Amino acid sequence: MLVLVEQSLNGLQFGLLLFLLAAGLTLVFGIMDFVNLAHGSLYMMGAYFAATFVAWTNSFVLGILMALGATLLLGIALEFIALRHLYGRDHLDQVLATFGLILFFNDAVRLIWGPAGLSLPLPAWLTVPVQIVPGVFYPAYRLSIIVVALAVAALLYIVVMRTRIGMLIRAGASNREMIGALGINIKLLFTLVFGLGAALAGLAGLMQAPILTVQIGMGENILILAFVIIVIGGIGSIRGAFMAAIFVGMIDTLGRAFLPDLLRTVLSSAAASTAAPALSSMLIYLLMAIVLVVRPEGLFPAAKR
Amino acid sequence: MKKAFWLAGATILALAQPALAGDTIKIGFVSTFSGPTAVIGNDMRNSFELALDHLGRKMGGKPVEVLYEDDGQKPDVGKQKTEKLIQSDKVDFVVGYIWSNVLLASLKTAVDSKTFLISANAGPSQLAGELCSPYVFSTSWQNDQTPQAVGTYMNQKGVKSVFLIGPNYAAGKDMLAGVKSTFKGQVVGEEYTVWPSQLDFSAELTKAKNSKAESIFVFYPGAAGVQFLNQYAQAGLKQQIPLYTAFTIDELSLPLQKDNAIGVPGAQQWVNDLPFPENKKFVEDYRKKYTGLRPTFYGAQSYDAANLINSAVVAVKGDTSKKDEMKAEMEKANFKSVRGPFKYGNNHIPIQNFYLQDVVKDADGQLSLKTVATIVKDDQDRFHDKCPMKK
Repeated sequence: MLVLVEQSLNGLQFGLLLFLLAAGLTLVFGIMDFVNLAHGSLYMMGAYFAATFVAWTNSFVLGILMALGATLLLGIALEFIALRHLYGRDHLDQVLATFGLILFFNDAVRLIWGPAGLSLPLPAWLTVPVQIVPGVFYPAYRLSIIVVALAVAALLYIVVMRTRIGMLIRAGASNREMIGALGINIKLLFTLVFGLGAALAGLAGLMQAPILTVQIGMGENILILAFVIIVIGGIGSIRGAFMAAIFVGMIDTLGRAFLPDLLRTVLSSAAASTAAPALSSMLIYLLMAIVLVVRPEGLFPAAKR
Repeated sequence: MKKAFWLAGATILALAQPALAGDTIKIGFVSTFSGPTAVIGNDMRNSFELALDHLGRKMGGKPVEVLYEDDGQKPDVGKQKTEKLIQSDKVDFVVGYIWSNVLLASLKTAVDSKTFLISANAGPSQLAGELCSPYVFSTSWQNDQTPQAVGTYMNQKGVKSVFLIGPNYAAGKDMLAGVKSTFKGQVVGEEYTVWPSQLDFSAELTKAKNSKAESIFVFYPGAAGVQFLNQYAQAGLKQQIPLYTAFTIDELSLPLQKDNAIGVPGAQQWVNDLPFPENKKFVEDYRKKYTGLRPTFYGAQSYDAANLINSAVVAVKGDTSKKDEMKAEMEKANFKSVRGPFKYGNNHIPIQNFYLQDVVKDADGQLSLKTVATIVKDDQDRFHDKCPMKK
């Protein structure tokens, strides 16, 4: 039973991290109707910035805040220089351009930081395991990811659903021309949305950095999961992204945790050990396929236009 | 103007001259030069180039040309690159191969065309057993051997039970099988993770912790080793369950693993401080040529591969069409290996010592690997009986 609690926490933590990445993607994809494959590169840049700034300032919190700001600025600059010229274009053009950006960022990182990757060491107060219920110790850092991600999710909800700027974002998504005609600077609005998306991706990257290594191409595998999540949750829906991310995180982790033992009851031990990892990584895509068949618009679609 | 053009053309032709077939020894080198594990490929290339420098960039009196190809850590790409090297570049040797699955995919192309393939790292069990070939040599080991040595060491330490974790591909399976074959205690659990995409091991670490195993064994080469050690330490397991490793801590991962690697033992057939003059020269010149970098076992094996090839080419005085003579010469392992002298088994896999290595702070205050003890002497892989070639 305690194992289940702990594995669920693992799943929750992974899911929330995916949410941060998917939230930025769904904002940009759903609201601005822009396919940004380079979202994973922003995730990588967040991690690289964090590793660099933490090493410079010798302070984990300060370095992370600086990295967050830097990714936000990078996102805004990227939108301003390159991406805003692509809004009216076909999705294929956007895919090509942002795929080019992936290559650009990978090689830029190789030039600046070298091919070997960096590490982002945690401060001592985050490396101790915490007792959450009697008998269950959980790494403090993973717990702090859960807390931060939940806080960001709540904040995002309030900003988008309860503030004027959020109203403008939603309105801009429904009818770009109309809101422009009403005298709102839609270009500036989209720049801000893109910057916010970039900062969220950067936050996901830098929070993942101490668990993984900071390396070139780290955003590419996880970006696929983020796309799966926004498809499952419904494109453009933050709430959908949140629910789907938690689903995917849970399914992935619990699948890895319990599927091998489950399979061992029917298959030989060797066959089960081989099949289980393959099967558990398939579960997510299976879920996506089912969702696409049953509810093509996603589980929690954004309000109809 | 026209004259200058002709001159330029003539110069290019003159420069291109040595590249004509027959006048050079052509070597194809397949390794990973892009993506997160490119650092390993770079280390292998650096070491191979250093070996060529030491050989005067000639073998048997002929200049050497090396074509480096990137497999991107993907079996299909590796196979494609091997085919390109053999069929259109007509190389005399293909060398390299970090990953067992890439090697297994590329093997048939080399064997069918009777091109010598020197594995400078991967050692899948199939290669040592039923898929052994007169045209394939290894300057590394068979995958099971290193973890077998770790298992033996764990017996010496009196470890009673172990939880095994490794990646779900050819080498991962060999590694865990290797530990199981020598470890006398109980194997409480065995987990395979998706390779190479899975980088979060929280579910597996939780299982290991709850299994009440006395120890954990892992095999995670490259960046995955850094991630595993990070997460192992963050989960607070370092104080609870000792970790044993194979190919998880090396000179490339150590600068990222830092203190997490201290006190985590591993086994290896080569360590940078082995007291052979060839090894001293290799390590010192490497650090001189590539400032800031240190050679790994991947590099040492690549350095040996160059010298093994050289021994064969010298024996036939540069006439690489004499394949039987080259094979006979390579079977003698007649070169100065940086790991010290070794012999080849019937399957062309080295029969060699395995050492216990530990992480220490060296004279410069940098973390480095150190030989602590010899775990097994003259160890031969356990698949050589399945190889139809006899000595």
